[in-house]
Amino acid sequence: MKNSSRTVSRITAPVRSAAQRFAYLMLVLGGVGILVIGRVDTLMMERVRAQITDAVAPILSALSTPVDTVNWAINEARQIYDVHGENQRLRAERDRLLQWQAAARKLEVENRLLKGMLNFTSHPNASFVTARVVADSGGAFAHSVILDAGERAGVRKGEAAVTGDGLIGRVSGVGSRSSRLLLITDLNSRIPVVVESTRVRAILAGTNTDRPRMIHLPTGAAVTVGDRVVTSGHGGAFPEGLPVGVVSSADDGIIEVQPYVNRDRLEYVRILDYGLKGIIQSGPDRGTR
Amino acid sequence: MKPSIWHRMDTLSCQLTPFLLTLALVILTLIPFHIPGMARIMPLLSLVAIYHWGVYRSDLLPAYAVFLIGLVQDALSGVPMGVYTVIYVVAYSVVAAQHRFFSGKSFYIVWLGFAVISGAASAAAWTLISMVHGSLVDPGAVLYQYALGLGCYPVIAHVFLRWQRAILRQI
Repeated sequence: MKNSSRTVSRITAPVRSAAQRFAYLMLVLGGVGILVIGRVDTLMMERVRAQITDAVAPILSALSTPVDTVNWAINEARQIYDVHGENQRLRAERDRLLQWQAAARKLEVENRLLKGMLNFTSHPNASFVTARVVADSGGAFAHSVILDAGERAGVRKGEAAVTGDGLIGRVSGVGSRSSRLLLITDLNSRIPVVVESTRVRAILAGTNTDRPRMIHLPTGAAVTVGDRVVTSGHGGAFPEGLPVGVVSSADDGIIEVQPYVNRDRLEYVRILDYGLKGIIQSGPDRGTR
Repeated sequence: MKPSIWHRMDTLSCQLTPFLLTLALVILTLIPFHIPGMARIMPLLSLVAIYHWGVYRSDLLPAYAVFLIGLVQDALSGVPMGVYTVIYVVAYSVVAAQHRFFSGKSFYIVWLGFAVISGAASAAAWTLISMVHGSLVDPGAVLYQYALGLGCYPVIAHVFLRWQRAILRQI
């Protein structure tokens, strides 16, 4: 009896091990298949990704709330501790800004008059959706965050997202109640920008580091450290004039930009809808939106 | 005697815990903690969990569950779909094949095993993503991520070992 069971196990053990290996192989091939399909049919994989994100978004939203609260409490405590210094700093800043305000008022009137003379058509005003950042994902390989507002709230793919400081990224995927924001530092991010003072055009390309680079500059264009960089609005994807960052280094043709927005402090973002139908939306998915 | 339906449900829910705990770690790594620089070097905690269950209780975390976890990790972290799915399944199959080697070994040997597996996984992820992008991705953050993952291993393994002793002993 014992012998026969040993014989059976002697036969079944290799079969079982072979079956297990076959199962592993199938799963690995399945993963490779997903990788390949993701390259060939980007839209399908985006939908799968959006659906998984949608399913997890409520959990992420619930979990990130207490973290935000603790963070808020720490910040409050820090501010109370530093209230005197902060007050001094703000007074100095107010004095400086009052001078700017006077200059801005004068320029505003002048600008309005000149626009009137030239019959200038101004851009339509943007409507916006405010969304909370519920997940900061990506690790070492991708710079993106997940927002708790999706198609239902009116978020559309390709729209620009800003904070009070400036541009943070663009919406790269939308689910029904969540969306993914590709940050300007991500390797896949390409944004048409312009140097504010010299009007030198370039593309701001993410490098997966904290400082994206300016590429495709016209030959002989001079860019100096400290120049402000804003969106150019070329390609029709983004509105023009959104602040992006300042040039932090310009050595050997490599121009790095320090973004105005600090990723680590992102809590709420505004997603702007200028009604632009730029290059990003001109894909085959237009009909589905 | 046939076990009651409650008993069976209880057993089933205990059996699901390795999968659910691993999934919870995927989600935990995504929460914005607002710590400067943290998001870039957030370790792959789910790989720690997959390695741990592969070594100690591979019967409770089958390969298809690892596949699903990889898929969720891909979808949520924003990397090209399939990268972590492939890497996790391969890492798991290597660990499960070395199951006999690890049984009865000291904690440090198992930790060293994790250093090797997660090092290979990080290198594979870096290579795959560089291939997909068609350019070399900055390797600095990956190294930090790897080191941080090694540091997190004892903490997670400790919690999971306690869990095994308390909840999964009978299963």
